[in-house]
Amino acid sequence: MAYKFTLSGKTYSFKDLKTVLAKATPARSGDALAGIMAEDNKERIAAQHCLSEIPLKKFLEDLLIPYENDEVTRLIIDDHNAKAFESISGLTVGEFRDYLLSYEVDGEILQKLALGITPEMAAAVSKIMRNQDLISVAQKIEVVTKFRNTVGKKGHFSIRLQPNNPSDDPKGIAASIIDGLMYGCGDALIGINPATDNPQEVSKLLNQLDDFRQHYEIPTQNCILSHLTTTLEIIDKAPVDLIFQSIGGTEKMNSSFGIDLKLLKEAYDTGTELNRGTIGNQMMYFETGQGSSLSANAHHGVDQQTLEARAYAVARKFDPFLVNTVVGFIGPEYLYDGKQIARAALEDHFCGKLLGLPMGCDVCYTNHAEADQDDMDSLLTLLGVAGCNYFMGVPGADDIMLNYQSTSFHDAMYLRKVLHKRPAPEFEEWLLKMGIMDERGNRNEISEEILKLKS
Amino acid sequence: MSKEISHKSYLQKDPWENLRSLSKARIALGNSGGSLPTKELLSFQEDHAFTKDAIYSELKEKELLEQLKEFDLPVYQFQTKVSNRKEYLQRPDLGKKLSNNRNTKKSENFDILFILTDGLAAEAINEGAIPLLREIIPKLKNDRKIGLCLVKYGRVAIGDEIATSLNAIFTAVLIGERPGLSSPKSMGVYTTYDPKPGITDERRNCISNIHENGLSIDRASKLLQYFIKESFRRKLSGVKLKSGNSGIIEK
Repeated sequence: MAYKFTLSGKTYSFKDLKTVLAKATPARSGDALAGIMAEDNKERIAAQHCLSEIPLKKFLEDLLIPYENDEVTRLIIDDHNAKAFESISGLTVGEFRDYLLSYEVDGEILQKLALGITPEMAAAVSKIMRNQDLISVAQKIEVVTKFRNTVGKKGHFSIRLQPNNPSDDPKGIAASIIDGLMYGCGDALIGINPATDNPQEVSKLLNQLDDFRQHYEIPTQNCILSHLTTTLEIIDKAPVDLIFQSIGGTEKMNSSFGIDLKLLKEAYDTGTELNRGTIGNQMMYFETGQGSSLSANAHHGVDQQTLEARAYAVARKFDPFLVNTVVGFIGPEYLYDGKQIARAALEDHFCGKLLGLPMGCDVCYTNHAEADQDDMDSLLTLLGVAGCNYFMGVPGADDIMLNYQSTSFHDAMYLRKVLHKRPAPEFEEWLLKMGIMDERGNRNEISEEILKLKS
Repeated sequence: MSKEISHKSYLQKDPWENLRSLSKARIALGNSGGSLPTKELLSFQEDHAFTKDAIYSELKEKELLEQLKEFDLPVYQFQTKVSNRKEYLQRPDLGKKLSNNRNTKKSENFDILFILTDGLAAEAINEGAIPLLREIIPKLKNDRKIGLCLVKYGRVAIGDEIATSLNAIFTAVLIGERPGLSSPKSMGVYTTYDPKPGITDERRNCISNIHENGLSIDRASKLLQYFIKESFRRKLSGVKLKSGNSGIIEK
């Protein structure tokens, strides 16, 4: 079925639903690269008008990627909760935006709604929302998860301490961990991207992190971000807390990551049995990012933001502890500059929260993107206001292994200060006990004595 | 009173500065309230300035063509479909395609083509490519028919189109790598046996991080010689070749 809209006497026609979505998307280089972006601003606004008139129900019938060709589509349709959907089933996309922003729709209502919303509905409405709308709605939603501490409570945000090292050197890693902890970071997790993804190396790193955590009784969880198959290989022998995997929004994308839903289920079941959490047992950790499907030629002509939202359907199937959109890592051919990166991050955070996920964001950029630390400061502040669950903490914002810039331990201190936010409650208690932070969230002068204890 | 204030330090220092020797990570920076001390702030911005300028540096085509003459080998210049740096960054597909108005003879039948392209850091090629060629070419000259190519705004896969147009068995693409804060001028070399447009990255071998504080020209040349020798012996390149070679790579 063709979709149409007439603007100042000119009729714009869109050959299918995915074309409406793509043309209605705020400009970004990845959609231009895929050849699906609006020709000009007039075509974009025509598509946005057109999209705003489409009933939400339509997204359950007119599927962007055929049911029989893609297991992510099947997951979305088969798991759709008609009862949860009922209250919004009569709305168009435009009316859905008004509904989400209205005073009477609060976080509790939105949480009950989550399973009735498909990723395509979330993506659709986000395309006709401004940045402030994305923030307003997202901050209503509180998604709390638990393992050894509590992440995502209102008034709090957490930090993944990311002590990456180009040669996985244990001493170099330890130095970065100490640095991060002394700046009050590491409550989301202590997580390393390993330089080499082999089972022995990964086990070694896991043991190092676990010894460290136990020795200092740090209420947090660890993760080595190895491929899922590597993690499964060692899970019986090594102390695996969180189970990590990169995921995408199409079956073909996931297959190029070397995974499918069956393998994710196997990992989830195995992790559930381990039962290593103390106050909860949400142990899956997923990373995503707009543009991955295009770069793997697995996009089916669907715009990158909608595909990203579809990845969240995969994530929510496995009740994750954290989902992280690594927004600026992919490079300028997908998100060209600070403006596109910020827009994408706010969309991802909004869609994830609306779908019921514990969203975090790696506020980051590569050096060939048109962005700098000022752009990161702005985005971090916006996401802080939006209630993002967690951010990265990289020493000095410079990841010496992955060669990109993210947010730093200092950035976390800044954001906590200006927004009056606190670390995860259990972790904050530990920081006070150790004398690292005071009640106001200020850093104490660290005495040599604490340090001796630490190193 | 005012004197006292002016001598007060507003910084908090980190008593674990000794740990800095263990890692290149930016640790023990100290803090000014919730932010970085001025010195550390500017130091980061300085590294970023060098990195950004490296990305927007230009390939010195004229000088490189002049320098390439010293090898006394056939030299070719190509153009991609990219017309400026901004387009290069946004359209990786265009950097993999030659512009249509190229004018080269077919069927030259080369064994090896060395292809120089700017990639994401032209300065890495301006400074590193000729020294690497000086190291490697004398070791190959007697056995192989070699051609040299220069192409602005190229991606790694541009080598496949060039190889097709000049009929070459093997390509080594020397390209500027995405700059990191601590390595703004890093060169990579991608080798491909039997290159054809449309092949994917698992068909290639890569020598990465060739720069002042990374892999030396000498080591890069030795690895490159290994890939050339093994590729011609086994008539392949890429993942299959690398797997039998982990000892040499990891040294």
